[in-house]
Amino acid sequence: MSLHASVAVRRGTLDLRLDVEVADGEVLAVLGPNGAGKSTLLRVLAGLLPPDGGGVVVDGATWDCDGVHLAAHRRSLGMVFQDALLFPHLSVADNVGFGLRTRGTAKAAARAAAAAWLARVGLEGMGARRPGELSGGQAQRAALARALVGEPALLLLDEPLSALDARTRLAVRAELRRHLADFRGSTVLVTHDPVDAMALADRVVVVEDGRLVQEGTPEEIARRPRTDYVARLVGLSLLPGTGEGRTVRVDGGGVVAVAEEAVGAVFAAVRPESVALYLSRPEGSPRNVWRATVAGATPHGGTVRCDLAGEVPLVADVTATAFAELGLTVGAQVWAAVKASEVAVYAR
Amino acid sequence: MRVPPAFLLASLLTLSACGSAGDAPPGGSEGDRGGGTLPTLSGTLTVFAAASLTDVFTDLGEQLEAQHPDLEVQFNFAGSSALAGQLTQGAPADVFAAADEAQMARVAEAGLAGDAELFASNRLMLAFPADNPAGLRKPPSGIPSLGELLPEDLTLAVCAPEVPCGAAAQEVLEQVGRTDAPDTYEEDVRGVLTKVQLGEVDAGLVYRTDVMSGEIPAFAFAESEAAQNRYPVAVLDDAPNAAAARAFTDLLLSEEGRRALTDAGFFEP
Amino acid sequence: MSRSREGAPVPAPLLVPAAIGVLFLTLPLLGLLVRTPWSQLGAQLTAPGVGQALRLSLVSATLATGLSLLLGVPLAWVLARSRARGRTVLRALVTVPLVLPPVVGGVALFLVLGRQGVVGSWLDDAFGITIPFTTTAVVIAETFVAMPFLVISVEGALRAADARFEDVAATLGAGRWTTFRSVTLPLVAPGIAAGAVLCWARALGEFGATITFAGNFPGTTQTMPLAVYLALQRDPDAAIVLSVLLLGVSLATLLLLRDRWLGRAGAA
Repeated sequence: MSLHASVAVRRGTLDLRLDVEVADGEVLAVLGPNGAGKSTLLRVLAGLLPPDGGGVVVDGATWDCDGVHLAAHRRSLGMVFQDALLFPHLSVADNVGFGLRTRGTAKAAARAAAAAWLARVGLEGMGARRPGELSGGQAQRAALARALVGEPALLLLDEPLSALDARTRLAVRAELRRHLADFRGSTVLVTHDPVDAMALADRVVVVEDGRLVQEGTPEEIARRPRTDYVARLVGLSLLPGTGEGRTVRVDGGGVVAVAEEAVGAVFAAVRPESVALYLSRPEGSPRNVWRATVAGATPHGGTVRCDLAGEVPLVADVTATAFAELGLTVGAQVWAAVKASEVAVYAR
Repeated sequence: MRVPPAFLLASLLTLSACGSAGDAPPGGSEGDRGGGTLPTLSGTLTVFAAASLTDVFTDLGEQLEAQHPDLEVQFNFAGSSALAGQLTQGAPADVFAAADEAQMARVAEAGLAGDAELFASNRLMLAFPADNPAGLRKPPSGIPSLGELLPEDLTLAVCAPEVPCGAAAQEVLEQVGRTDAPDTYEEDVRGVLTKVQLGEVDAGLVYRTDVMSGEIPAFAFAESEAAQNRYPVAVLDDAPNAAAARAFTDLLLSEEGRRALTDAGFFEP
Repeated sequence: MSRSREGAPVPAPLLVPAAIGVLFLTLPLLGLLVRTPWSQLGAQLTAPGVGQALRLSLVSATLATGLSLLLGVPLAWVLARSRARGRTVLRALVTVPLVLPPVVGGVALFLVLGRQGVVGSWLDDAFGITIPFTTTAVVIAETFVAMPFLVISVEGALRAADARFEDVAATLGAGRWTTFRSVTLPLVAPGIAAGAVLCWARALGEFGATITFAGNFPGTTQTMPLAVYLALQRDPDAAIVLSVLLLGVSLATLLLLRDRWLGRAGAA
């Protein structure tokens, strides 16, 4: 275990008490609604906010403990923010090399390292540009290079994809996944998007109102939500398969039509609220339609979560009213339909 | 100075009667309230006067107002040059009293005033801070020359040559061959006084009237008599309240006015 | 400057007051130009005292701006970033010279830096230094009056600047000082430039505090505004010529600097 943190912070209405541990090379996703304290946790880990109690230990070095507070700039960390936050007055290369320069690397060496990292994130030859000349995705890649170039012990990602448009997000997410696989330090990813958590994290902690409500692998979280929020948030059906252009052949059998080109080993993810249930086969439209059996039904607030068994295993959320109107019971035969554009695809 | 009210009233009555016996009818009068021959003045009288006249003129103005309840006397006290500038730019006024003849001449040349009458003169004195940092000393007897009073290396404030007190200062310094002595040329005599009072200069050339109260120690010197500046007063040609203006200048030139001026430290013109 | 809105029509409720505002600000200027006895211009320009006063004005205003930058930018940072308790009071105190009549400011400077002043008397006793009636006093008086303009402008820029950039710098190993130098300062550079221009212009036109604290002596403390005021006492035409000269020189300077800054910003 490389990051041990036990953090207590009180700020305004927020009362954050959270223990997190992240091993070397592990990616921990902190998932939760706005105001849950996710970003506050990151600020504490980064040293930008001293905790009111608890401690942060990285690779055996104490960063925060009673009375001890290592300033942010003395911590071996890299951080990527929601907006890339590249310094507008520096070139892209100088942005990437910034951390090396402040830590005493010579100019030429910093420049060379920056150029190498820019190439790694697919921005070869763009070092001389100003941040304003980059697209959102390019800027976020540069920000990632800037955070990783110093080979930090801890990488902090604060909603790194949420400012990007859907198409760019897919591409950057895939790339981020690749770089995280290569990264040997510990990573903490804060996000409110379950797809990010599922695609990027080895382990997920769900935080609500400053408290941990659930912890586990993405699959465990998705399978057994313990609160409404988790259920709604991460109740994705995760379908591993092989991309074949506009379709994904699911490993367990069955084919899913998707909106984006997909090649190779991928996940297809379907949100439960995107799954519509019918008693007879729906007509027309380029949808995914499968026969399924209701294997289980659990009410959550105004909705009922239905586990569907069949060629493609899915989870569907239907309103309690619809559930009653359709006369659904466990064992009922239904048709499940999902629009291709509602299926998220990302590399495995 | 305390004058018995009855005497004051009597003298003012006489004065006003004299004024009205002249050429112009009383301006802005709305009926004979006082009875007898006393003309009633009303409206507003605007007097532009050199700053050094502030105390004397304020008193005289109050006297005039006491005699004419419907009359309001307004003063604009400032540097004579500034006042002359305002008048030539068309500021409405009834009376102009300047601290030197040059500024009155500016107004006359602009065709705004006819004959002016001299009513007082002022002389420079060498004022110094209460703790006398330069150790200025007066010879035991007689009136000294400014040259004797000024040590070589003192810090001296004078008025700028552009304003009346500065023109006089320039003159006395020339007489004693010490035009190199000033360290600062102030825009008016207040500037000199401020610096003396704050002890930031060793001495300053100011008007006798400025140090009459005795708060600021000062020495008289021989050259000041030759370089005195004389105060002219004139009723402006376009005076909106000419009658009141004339009443005011008459009061100023009367025995009463002269006494007030002398008490304030002015000399006869 | 926003290119996307170029050519968008200005709504009438804004246009009319804006036009009146322009007239209000420029008509007196126009009046000055109309009244200028251009035939006297040459004679006035070559008059010995005028060049001296103009040079002194430019030099002292520039020095005052430099001093203001040196002290005012850090002060603005403290006001914008520190969470110290007395910050509100501090801000109010710092802006006092804005509301204080400059003449009173000059007297206040005497009370501190004059030879009878708290600090001034010590300087006099210990080092034999007296400040009043020297060019140093001119620079101090101008700095006193003009620095708040810089402080307010830079503080505004600092508040508007995204403080998260400073967080980013910290996570990249930059200490507070490095962050200030290599991130904060460049980010607020336009605000600093605007503040410096305001400060310089205010210093150039400074009259009250200067004549009170520094006095008026040709060559050492007589700046253009003092020369203009005194010329006005005797010869209004000469005063107008001097004013127009001061106006021309300051406008030329500002336009020159503006072009340079805009040129840089354009390249960015």
